[in-house]
Amino acid sequence: MPSGCPCVSLDASCVSASHSSASVTQSYSLTQAHKPTIMATVAEPNAIVDWPDRYAHIDQILENAGPRTDPAFAAGDEVKGFLRTQAKVLVIGAGGLGCEILANLALTGFKDIHVIDMDTIDVSNLNRQFLFRPKDVGKSKANCAAEFIMKRVPGVVVTPYFGKIQDKDEDYYMQFNLVICGLDSVEARRWMSATLVNMVDPENPESLKPLIDGGTEGFKGQARVILPTITSCYECSLDMLNKQTVFPICTIANTPRLPEHCIEWASVLEWPRIQADKKLDTDDPDHINWLYTKALARAKEFKIEGVTWSLTQGVVKHIIPAIASTNAIIAAACCNEAFKIATTSAAFLNNYFMLIGTEGIYSYTFEHEKRPDCPVCGGEALEMTISADLTLEELIELLQEKQDIQIKKPSLSTADTQLYLQAPPQLEAATRPNLLKKVSELVKGDAAITVTSSTLPFNLTLRIVYN
Amino acid sequence: MIKIWSMKKNEDAAAKKKPKVSAAQIRVQKDLTELDLPSTMTTNFPDPADLLNFTLNIKPDEGMYKGGSFNFSFTINNNYPHDPPKVKCLQTIYHPNVDLEGNVCLNILREDWKPVLNLNSVMVGLQYLFLEPNADDPLNKEAALEMTKNRDQFLQNVKSSMRGGSLKGQQYDNVLR
Ligand SMILES: [Zn+2]
Repeated sequence: MPSGCPCVSLDASCVSASHSSASVTQSYSLTQAHKPTIMATVAEPNAIVDWPDRYAHIDQILENAGPRTDPAFAAGDEVKGFLRTQAKVLVIGAGGLGCEILANLALTGFKDIHVIDMDTIDVSNLNRQFLFRPKDVGKSKANCAAEFIMKRVPGVVVTPYFGKIQDKDEDYYMQFNLVICGLDSVEARRWMSATLVNMVDPENPESLKPLIDGGTEGFKGQARVILPTITSCYECSLDMLNKQTVFPICTIANTPRLPEHCIEWASVLEWPRIQADKKLDTDDPDHINWLYTKALARAKEFKIEGVTWSLTQGVVKHIIPAIASTNAIIAAACCNEAFKIATTSAAFLNNYFMLIGTEGIYSYTFEHEKRPDCPVCGGEALEMTISADLTLEELIELLQEKQDIQIKKPSLSTADTQLYLQAPPQLEAATRPNLLKKVSELVKGDAAITVTSSTLPFNLTLRIVYN
Repeated sequence: MIKIWSMKKNEDAAAKKKPKVSAAQIRVQKDLTELDLPSTMTTNFPDPADLLNFTLNIKPDEGMYKGGSFNFSFTINNNYPHDPPKVKCLQTIYHPNVDLEGNVCLNILREDWKPVLNLNSVMVGLQYLFLEPNADDPLNKEAALEMTKNRDQFLQNVKSSMRGGSLKGQQYDNVLR
């Protein structure tokens, strides 16, 4: 902490402190001096300095145990203190879902919130991403969202990171009590889920971070609670995803009937044909313009109406219309789970809530089961103690002799390299020289080996200890 | 904060901690090492350490494309198997379902792709295109038209294109070994 008057270094906590003494709590305004600056967020959690009755409604839940409270529930100051001075949550995504999630968390009493988003604000976001204003267009979503929340909800510290989740390492993720994802990218969610599963260290209970994942697609959405390594992870449910609309390539090439067919023709067939090796960047307006012009000409030729610039962008970026109300419902469900998990005030979701609002409103909650063959959280683990002189070939023989796993012709790799692959012939030949090398030379430190085999429906993680 | 740890089964093994291999990598390793290809198909890896970029050679031993040697590039991204592999024909060939840029019309490469499918299914599907070209899903419209209209002429066109001949001003690659 910087020395001197804390009010100079920022900050939201002293803003709320000034209000704690105020007798009138309904109207308050921030003075310029107290305007929170993002660069100067305090790392130190806030003391409870709230004005009287600030959380009167929330406190009704936290002051008394109910029929569904966890046995560990410590009603009163203890749970309030945890929520308001200790709990540290990470929100991934500050878009449609993220804005709702951040507002909900701040208003339920979470005070130490971090947010990551790599995107900047587009004018088309403003109808539903209500933390942003026209003047913010082009700026970082994470930074603007953090600034807005801190200005609006005194005492809450939101620490933004304008960048990718992949920029951060395990030490970073380890500092949070829980993580909430409000993302629209399958790839980012797979990464986040896998990272939290991989972080679980059997010797450290703190390494297990609940992940609450929200997702929406038009009028449909889901909220789920993932307890890494305990309940099904994001990867386990990969085959449940709604399929993207993809048109047969021959339709695009020969018999277009829809504006989307013309746009896909431009992006899938014309771009690579004319631009050759130049990579299509769907975030580059010039590229979208090029596709739009091509698609429009083709639409004219086939007398198809409806090709517009924004449809072009929507089709090539696979944008599904975002519905503000769906985002609000899903974000509320996610924050409700975050609150219950953080406070133990009620049983949390087990483990998948889905909402289908396309015709009427239908919701369904079920337990999504862990897939035994999930490449992220499934599979088996095995620890083997071997001599430092053992060759890879001898290790493979040892593995095949193990009665309990029934493994035939295993292929082995580490995160960085292929150790031995049984097929195809070229890769077998390329990795064969490794068979005569010592395992201790091939696998450094405590790196783990991934073993696959046609006789294993899952993958096996092999950890080597040298005696 | 809820105590989740007690819900964790007491699994054997400090070994439960996983290596940092991406799910896509594990799937590709499993797919490749369990390929069950007939002798008419071989894979080639320009860099054996890179499992995500390789080529497939198909030498059909029956049908109208018998005697040809066809090469396809496979590009797999880190979102596999959510995303299908990207496949292109590396030669200019005369085929109703392959256009002159090498795009291939095979349903499981696009609209019918599912994560339960694997590289083997794609490869077998590609070979099938040479045994049974499908004029109903044309990418090379002229070839498809010829195939339905005048099969004898089509067969002749296939033969001459495979020798590197040209048809209607379009030069094709010689695919005979
Ligand atoms: Zn899983």
